[in-house]
Amino acid sequence: MSAPKRRETAPSGPSAPFRGHRDEGLVALNGVTSEIASVIAEAGYQPIDPALLQPADLLLDLYGEDIRARAFLISDPNTGEMCLRPDFTAPVCLAHLENGGGEARYGYLGRVFRRQLPGSGRPAEYLQTGVELIGAEDPAAADAEVFALIRNALKWSEAGETIVRTGDLGVAFALLDAAPMPTRWRAALKRHFWRPARFHQMLAEYSGEAGAIGADRAALLDRVAGLSPRDAGAAVMAELEARGVRTLGARGVQEVADRLLALAEDRAETRLPKDLVDAIENALAITGPSGEALAALRTLTAEAQLDISPALDRMEARLTALEAHEIDAAALPFDAAFGRLLEYYDGFVFEFVSATAPDQPVLGGGGRYDAMLTKLGGDGRGPNGGAVGGMIRPETVLEVQSRPEIGAGGAA
Amino acid sequence: MTASQTPLRLAAPSKGRLQEQTTAWFAERGVALSRVGEDREYAGQVDGVDGVELVYLSAGEIPGALDRGEIHLGVTGEDLIAERIPGWKTRLDRIAPMGFGRADLIVAVPDCWLDVETIADLDDAAGRFRAVHGHALRVATKYHVLAREFFTQRGVGDYLLVDSQGATEGAPKNRSAEAIVDITSSGATLRANHLRILSDGLILKSEANLWASHAADWSEKARVALTTLKAKLAD
Repeated sequence: MSAPKRRETAPSGPSAPFRGHRDEGLVALNGVTSEIASVIAEAGYQPIDPALLQPADLLLDLYGEDIRARAFLISDPNTGEMCLRPDFTAPVCLAHLENGGGEARYGYLGRVFRRQLPGSGRPAEYLQTGVELIGAEDPAAADAEVFALIRNALKWSEAGETIVRTGDLGVAFALLDAAPMPTRWRAALKRHFWRPARFHQMLAEYSGEAGAIGADRAALLDRVAGLSPRDAGAAVMAELEARGVRTLGARGVQEVADRLLALAEDRAETRLPKDLVDAIENALAITGPSGEALAALRTLTAEAQLDISPALDRMEARLTALEAHEIDAAALPFDAAFGRLLEYYDGFVFEFVSATAPDQPVLGGGGRYDAMLTKLGGDGRGPNGGAVGGMIRPETVLEVQSRPEIGAGGAA
Repeated sequence: MTASQTPLRLAAPSKGRLQEQTTAWFAERGVALSRVGEDREYAGQVDGVDGVELVYLSAGEIPGALDRGEIHLGVTGEDLIAERIPGWKTRLDRIAPMGFGRADLIVAVPDCWLDVETIADLDDAAGRFRAVHGHALRVATKYHVLAREFFTQRGVGDYLLVDSQGATEGAPKNRSAEAIVDITSSGATLRANHLRILSDGLILKSEANLWASHAADWSEKARVALTTLKAKLAD
């Protein structure tokens, strides 16, 4: 197979606006897209086409402020604030739940919209084609199925040699679940898992000396320590009156008192042992071929007496399931911290980048998002709770096809 | 007029103290800015440097005019530049800080939040707020870019920026937001509205600056005028 000729595609220079596709470029793009679509359809995924305009509040609350910052918002007095879909996952899940849930395989194709920083050279609208596998009985098999499907579709679309990365946020969350610590600290660490810098900072706070606090704060904490929430509320009210501070806003005095109580308890907690913090940090720093990474995680957690074997068994089951798709699973590059910038994934995560054009956006990727489905109203528990998805960006595929020294080699 | 004859276009704020202080600042350096014709007319003239054309624009429009290269030089606050022009450091030059129009962009919360002193407190309170109220903690501001950048850098979660183009300090009392990101100079308005600045809640210390646009048509005439003007300013 000869290397495809250079095709006119979306401009990729700095701040070049996306001007759509036409002529040979469009023909080539349609070729790539239908190649991917046929792989998806043959695998038994039902076509779905969610609305371009999605309810902004629901979607953006789900994705968080970072994606919100990049969403195109549209005001409509009739429907309230809408946004152009920033991806397909949440819209497909919403449509799925409206239809009663259960097990389903969906395949989609269409544009998504995200504002980009000037000079980033990234287009603000681009095609995505992909799948969502919802409510499958065996999560490991579902993860492997979606990964293999995306890998296969990339191969058939002649995306060339790729660099693959995988991770498993389920392992990270299991580590935090297994580590003995106050419930509040665990919840706070989980909440900030997607913000690695803050996560490290908090872990340090919980393990080091309790941070020095001002005399004013200390007196306040002493005052509420040991009180019932009701009495703490009264104490805060009295304090506000003594200071002549007026109460205002939606966050009430009781919320202030409850948090002061929690802070007083925090101060009294035993700090986390250094060994434990090191074990968590070291586990999250593990990278390497999946087989070796799994062994390293088993050794490290056994030594630290952190029992996360259910999560590691799931990882092992997934590797076995991947073997069934003729993938050398043990050799798949694994990075325990990978996925920490993709809020809403909470299990297996993966992405493919072009080996010949690594400067381009990802060719494709995806992951498991059980918790998001639960948040949307699906049943996150039980065998039919979870969901995993994967997508490909056909325009990136087309772009990397035009790079030199691309062989007919398969993906990953 | 040929392209190389394009004069240096300087924009000054069109009203208020900012206009007065701009005029005084240039006057101290031997450059006289004055309006031509009626006082309401938004054109002016410059005495002391040849080849300069003066226009009066609202301070809020000056960043955009600089970015698009419609003017060569403009006077406006760093807060507006940083908010309106992403990546401004590669698009503008700072010719001179001017020492007036000082204002701090800050994060403030209701004074009655005795448990919230720092940004880390705000973040923790925001997480709890969502659990209690079922939605993210709202922060009213017109500085969306700077606020978001700051919160991202500090690892704040569970917040939602809501737009407020005026009287932002009243948002917590009106329950249209829980906290604010806004400009303050003396802090008096904040105190009057029972708000308090977080101890590490300073986002930007801003003042008026004279800016130069990279995108403007830098004709020979404009470049000569800039050199002359810079020499005056350096005296």
